[in-house]
Amino acid sequence: MMSIDHYLVLSLALLLIGAIGVITRRNVIIVLMSIELILNAVNINLVAFSRYYGEVAGQVFALFIIADAAAEAAVGLGIMIAFFRNRETVLANEMDLLKW
Amino acid sequence: MLDSIIFYFFAGIAVLSALLMITRRNAIHSAVFLTTALLATAGIFLQLHAEFLFIVQIILYVGGIMVMFIFVIMLVRLDVALPRLRSRLRQWSAILVALAVFLEAGIILYLARRIPGEGLLVPSPAPAAKLPPNTEDLANSLFHAYLLPFEIASVLLLVAMIGAVVMGKNRSDTK
Repeated sequence: MMSIDHYLVLSLALLLIGAIGVITRRNVIIVLMSIELILNAVNINLVAFSRYYGEVAGQVFALFIIADAAAEAAVGLGIMIAFFRNRETVLANEMDLLKW
Repeated sequence: MLDSIIFYFFAGIAVLSALLMITRRNAIHSAVFLTTALLATAGIFLQLHAEFLFIVQIILYVGGIMVMFIFVIMLVRLDVALPRLRSRLRQWSAILVALAVFLEAGIILYLARRIPGEGLLVPSPAPAAKLPPNTEDLANSLFHAYLLPFEIASVLLLVAMIGAVVMGKNRSDTK
């Protein structure tokens, strides 16, 4: 059986790739997708620890995180569509209404 | 042995398609690669004997959330604006910081194994044959110990649903 480090490193790699996506991309849809990737990386961690401690609680938390991700995607995409209707853009650097 | 082959197979697919996802120009390509990454993660859940989460991941993430993303990508005209205007400085600093964090965590994991006695004390997993049926186990835990969070999650989903409907509603209809 493999040590838990493998799962931790995989989860960290996915999380960092997601973070790079959030920071560098301008398209807000891809930023939202990167956030999904980050949440997914967290789930790998939870499930791996759940397996290694023989405790099912980690999987329950992973389930809650999936529900959270669905809620976040629905609201985020709703905001995006409303914004696109008003401003005809989905690029983060053009969303500067609040910029002074 | 077979375990690690399966793990490296799915982990490789996940990391590779995640990298492709954040580098593609076309948003639809990104969505497809994200779907691949999520499916590979589902494979890793299966390898960890979390069968219920494996199914939930495929049905909910790939079948639900990704379809929603692709719908929105099609609703939004992306071709109107994709001029090249990218900040190289920001890209490089993001990559450098990410590499630094990765190295740091790697060093910590490596050192934690060399501490005598209690280092990173994680028990080795129970043999797969002795695991209780996963779905049953999860349901027991969810509806006994975590009943209140479960109900709160339903309220959260209701709020998100109402929020999404309000956000997506066409304002000009109400005038």
